Amino acid sequence: MSKFRKKDKGELPAISTASLPDIVFMLLFFFMVATVMRDSSLMIENQLPSADQVEKLKKDRTIFIYAGKPSSQYKQFGVEPRIQFNDAFITVEDVQASVYQGIGEMTEELQSKVVVGLKVDKNTNAGLVSDIKQELRKANALKVMYIANTKKVE
Amino acid sequence: MAKRAAPEVNAGSMADIAFLLLIFFLVTTTIEKDKGLLRSLPPIDDTEVEPPIIRQKNLFTVNINRNNQLLVEEEEIPITQLRQATIDFLDNGGGTNQAGESCDYCKGKRLEDSSDHPDKAIISMKHDRETTYEKYMDVQNELVAAYNFLREREASRLYKKYYPDADKVFTAMLEEKEKNQFSKDEVLNERIETIKKLFPMKLSEAEPDKK
Repeated sequence: MSKFRKKDKGELPAISTASLPDIVFMLLFFFMVATVMRDSSLMIENQLPSADQVEKLKKDRTIFIYAGKPSSQYKQFGVEPRIQFNDAFITVEDVQASVYQGIGEMTEELQSKVVVGLKVDKNTNAGLVSDIKQELRKANALKVMYIANTKKVE
Repeated sequence: MAKRAAPEVNAGSMADIAFLLLIFFLVTTTIEKDKGLLRSLPPIDDTEVEPPIIRQKNLFTVNINRNNQLLVEEEEIPITQLRQATIDFLDNGGGTNQAGESCDYCKGKRLEDSSDHPDKAIISMKHDRETTYEKYMDVQNELVAAYNFLREREASRLYKKYYPDADKVFTAMLEEKEKNQFSKDEVLNERIETIKKLFPMKLSEAEPDKK
């Protein structure tokens, strides 16, 4: 009798999951350090062109302007490429005001070094880009960065 | 009194909480990877001064039409040849600059009908409104690549001794400047300026014609 009982006690102990939180926390900290908060959701298609002579962008002094065709959820805005700033579509005439607004939100010592990051879909007409650039010249924001994907140099 | 082992704390829910946080961060954040071509636009000039006349041979015209075809110096070429053509033009060194110095560092063919001096050489780019942005960026990239190639060449000629391990000397110099941006390194800045002066980037863009 006693022999059987002893066997009963010898069941496998539950597997300890104590290290699982540690692993997940490790992942969590990695993501917290390596990423930044998403600032605006894109309402346009945004496939960037690629280039291999790229420089790094300084995030702190950049205003982003997006352009491209409205994406599938925003079909009601038509199929013509549109300009997006923050979370709204703007017209070419509004670019100047938007840039001033963007500059105003920046800290003072960076205001003179402002860079406008142009994230433009690669299937957009270059004419729209030159319209934006013309507006930027009027707003005296003369440094632009054409944001591109890094292409591998052969 | 019998010694009792402390009961094990159940940590199962901790993993759940951590997962929740992890998923939150996964969806609300993006990994920074923005890179691009940095260019300066010309300021708006409303003075009525006549622009100086540029001799045709110092001007390198690049046109892109609405079908994304490339016309360089009145000749249609594929984009793969653009970089070399630009380098040849900038590096020609056929004459002298404003100060009357000839380009002693140019390794070009010194043709009579190409640019006099990198100082005078101007690239003029023009595109149609219907040109796709992708093609426009490809061309920009090639033109910048030509300048970068020449600047790298001069940088390794002049300053290779300070950066013996660097693959690309000019890039290494720029990176070093980036690293000590809070402590100005006069010597380094001066060297970078020297290189930039040897091949000043003169890339002008004409506005596309309004239809």
